[in-house]
Amino acid sequence: MNASPARFLLVVAGLAAALAPLWVLESFHLFQLTMAVIMSLAVLGLNIVTGYNGQISLGHGAFFAIGAYVTSILMAQADWSFYATLPFAAAICGMVGYAVGLPALRLGGLYLALVTFSLAVAVPQLLKHKALEAWTGGVQGLFLMKPDPPRWLTSVLPLNADQYMYLNVLIVSGICFLLAWNLIRGRIGRALMATRDHPTAAEAMGMDIAALKTGAFAVSAMITGVAGALSAVAVEFVAPDSFTFLLSITFFVGMVVGGVASILGSIFGGLFVLFVPNIAESISRAAPGVIYGMILIIFLFLLPEGFAGLVRRLLAKLSSPGNPQPK
Amino acid sequence: MTISRRLLLAGSAGALAAPNIAAAQEAPGVTATEIHIGSTNALSGPVSSYSVISRCLEAMFKRLNDAGGVGGRRVKFTVYDDAYQPPRTLEQTRRLVERDRVAFLFNQLGTPTNSAVHRYVNQRSVPHLFLATGADKWANPREFPWTMGWQPSYRVEAQIYTKYVLEQRPNAKIALLYQNDDFGRDYLHGVQDVLKDRFRSMVVTATNEATDPTIDSQIVQLQATGADVLICGVVPRFAAQAIRRVHDIGWRPMMFMTNVSVSVGVVMQPAGVEKGVGLITSDYRKDQSDPAWAQDAGMNEWRDFMRRYVPDGDLGDNNYTYGYGAGTTMIQVLRQCGNDFSRENVMNQARNIKPMEVATLLPGIKVQTQPDNYNVIRQMQLQRWNGQSWERFGNVIEGAG
Amino acid sequence: MEAFLLQLAAGIATGGIYASVALAIVMIYQATHHVNFAQGEMATLSTFIALTMIQAGLPYWVAFAGTLVVSFVMGALVERLIMRPVQHAPILTHVGVYIGMLLIIGNMTGWVFGYTIQMFPSPFEGGKPMLGGLFSSHQLGSVVVTLAVLILVYLFFTKTSLGLAMRAAAYNPRSARLVGIRVDVMLALGWGLAAAIGSVAGMMVAPIVFLDPNMMLGILLYAFAGALLGGIDNPPGAVMGGFLVGVLENLAGAYIVGTDLKLTVALVIIIGVLVLKPSGLFGRVVFTRV
Repeated sequence: MNASPARFLLVVAGLAAALAPLWVLESFHLFQLTMAVIMSLAVLGLNIVTGYNGQISLGHGAFFAIGAYVTSILMAQADWSFYATLPFAAAICGMVGYAVGLPALRLGGLYLALVTFSLAVAVPQLLKHKALEAWTGGVQGLFLMKPDPPRWLTSVLPLNADQYMYLNVLIVSGICFLLAWNLIRGRIGRALMATRDHPTAAEAMGMDIAALKTGAFAVSAMITGVAGALSAVAVEFVAPDSFTFLLSITFFVGMVVGGVASILGSIFGGLFVLFVPNIAESISRAAPGVIYGMILIIFLFLLPEGFAGLVRRLLAKLSSPGNPQPK
Repeated sequence: MTISRRLLLAGSAGALAAPNIAAAQEAPGVTATEIHIGSTNALSGPVSSYSVISRCLEAMFKRLNDAGGVGGRRVKFTVYDDAYQPPRTLEQTRRLVERDRVAFLFNQLGTPTNSAVHRYVNQRSVPHLFLATGADKWANPREFPWTMGWQPSYRVEAQIYTKYVLEQRPNAKIALLYQNDDFGRDYLHGVQDVLKDRFRSMVVTATNEATDPTIDSQIVQLQATGADVLICGVVPRFAAQAIRRVHDIGWRPMMFMTNVSVSVGVVMQPAGVEKGVGLITSDYRKDQSDPAWAQDAGMNEWRDFMRRYVPDGDLGDNNYTYGYGAGTTMIQVLRQCGNDFSRENVMNQARNIKPMEVATLLPGIKVQTQPDNYNVIRQMQLQRWNGQSWERFGNVIEGAG
Repeated sequence: MEAFLLQLAAGIATGGIYASVALAIVMIYQATHHVNFAQGEMATLSTFIALTMIQAGLPYWVAFAGTLVVSFVMGALVERLIMRPVQHAPILTHVGVYIGMLLIIGNMTGWVFGYTIQMFPSPFEGGKPMLGGLFSSHQLGSVVVTLAVLILVYLFFTKTSLGLAMRAAAYNPRSARLVGIRVDVMLALGWGLAAAIGSVAGMMVAPIVFLDPNMMLGILLYAFAGALLGGIDNPPGAVMGGFLVGVLENLAGAYIVGTDLKLTVALVIIIGVLVLKPSGLFGRVVFTRV
């Protein structure tokens, strides 16, 4: 197994890699990276309920949208500061996630996929509804402003708004990733996976399946909702059209490509769904969608377990070459 | 290279306060041989039907370059895909402005998508010209001086229909079918603008989503209210369905259709040309499949262009006549720039277009701007379908300023 | 009362559209135990191919038959080339591949055939509305075709040995191999058959909604809902489910919540039903032994 010093070095390297862009990248690429980190966070959320707990959700775009709109409404209509809105967005998304998790207990596989997908399709329509228009801005959407870096920070470290946003996103995501990692590593994580792989045995052993599954949905929704809140401020604009069912599909693609049930995979997945469409476009301006689909399929042919699967195999080979590895 | 936002805001305010000061030395996107123009469109995803507009514009710039370019320079036109998702529009626009350093932005598609970049481009003083959307909010020279639409707004179009109804049937009961997005909502607002308090008593509404398979249910519902006027703000697929359905259930209201969905080849023929007789629209473009323009000089100019520069283009698609009009306007602005293609001058010329005829616009309807009036096309012409072609009637109407 | 009847008729007519697509979905599920999200796009592509044949001068039914054949081949090829390499991958990877196919086929259709809506001819065009103006002759004709396909499918699966072999291969590939069934061939056949049925759905739907690359987008969701509502392993149930969804959606929009919440309400109702009866209204409940 990895020795502790090696792991510590990895963590330091990871931190350095995460912070380096602040100095290395100019505004536009930093903005892209910020969006990629947000996507990774959203994919992490999806991973918790679908990857680790086996409940297929094709509707995480809905939680992303709710988080984004809670933050936007509080900031635009009630003049809250961005930071104050985050716990609110998390809490409300958690509650909605729990509410979705309850009927989900009765459904499995395909049925749950459809139900969550219809949630994703319904959310834009709900956001546009007349009754909520005064708050949500209806089809016109709401405009926000990125927070400016506070003076005490800029006196030490001159940062522009883009850099400050990146730092914020990094810190919030970092906290969420850490919490998720802790959760997965521990008893609850094992219980989630047990429920996914051997539900009858898990129940026979006395695990409260219902609590686990609804809890998973709640936590998952919270994390993706926080990602949504971050995205609202990063883009400085929300509109129902930003949250179509394509978004849910994008998160799903990110999860599968990155590697299901993998924290590292979520990071890769986020990078993939942000940057590969641009790569596809540079290959073919006429039909970027076709190329993106092809890249996706070829990727899955080569790496059916995603990027994290590749990493796992490489690590296995490195740690004891020549010895047969238990799966 | 850090850019302070406050500095930018101050800078653009300064530039606007003194528009006659000569252009700054730096003219991003402009070299001695090239002008780089940027755009975004939905090249993939559910609304990628509009991507042909960008193809049309690319072809027009190619034609311009073949003829020697403008101001001694060739035009390089870059279009990025945003899949009609506002966050991606922001990303691609920032790429165009910050990484590709284009001179300015032209004909970006969509209302929510352009909304996402509206403040950004105005803060950075980047000309954001001739947007491909009929929303009303782009003609706002005071608050957003760098942004300018092109086509007449849907809201004004709805106002025109409502005023006509009040003239012809003052006690009408109006049924309004509109798509549940910013496009359709503009029709709702236009009708509300004219009727004000009478809206509630005179109008019944029904909406549809872009993903609905049919709108038969909505038509049946509206007919049941006893309305004798029907205004439709829906896309071509639903327009064809609506015209057919209204006729088949025996309803004969005074019917209006958005000019987005009145193409002879794409809407009237699929619906059944005899079923739409009496349909009224208010348009600014010539319809290429209308026999009235078969020998028209302007349309022949367009057909010739299509034949030579877009040989595999669908001649029945009126996105190509739309693109030709927007492209012609853009090229006119470039010509007016002379040798100075700085952002300030481009914007200056864009807000000073003398009334100009365009090959694909109806006779009497001209493209024009003034510094205090950014409505590039502000005139429309009422037309009625007679079973074979669109008959113009009445005078050219000037919409609200 | 007349308005209600018209709404009901509109609902049944729309339901007919959903039912025919739902049937294709159930077909592929019966044959492969997978749900192909790209089903709609494949059906649209098939319909465009049919239109090309008709525009080239072929009579309708010849083009119809030709399209069936082409679609069958397409489906089988998709199974061989795209599904085969990932057949042992986890189910989530499969969904990822379906999404990839959705993107490829959907965007390619638009690129190749253009985006303007097209008229698609109907073989039942007498033009005169029937049943007192409630239905068009085409709508009735397409319902008849859907039911005919349903009956053929049902007979195929229950009465023929090939059909039985296909179901066995999908349900329990290992046991099927043990009894000598060529599972891989069955899978390819199943996909081919499903694509052919999908093309029928497309050709029946296109005259009503007009043909363009995005024709199936909205229909697919409702068709899935109908299939699940009726029971994913139950072809007649899926057809009933399709009709139910159509009627529910229209009546909800007209009488309960207004058209701007139509989508939401219809889906809420479906979810409610599924929560109460998770295998669908007519599906079989499967018990797993521990």
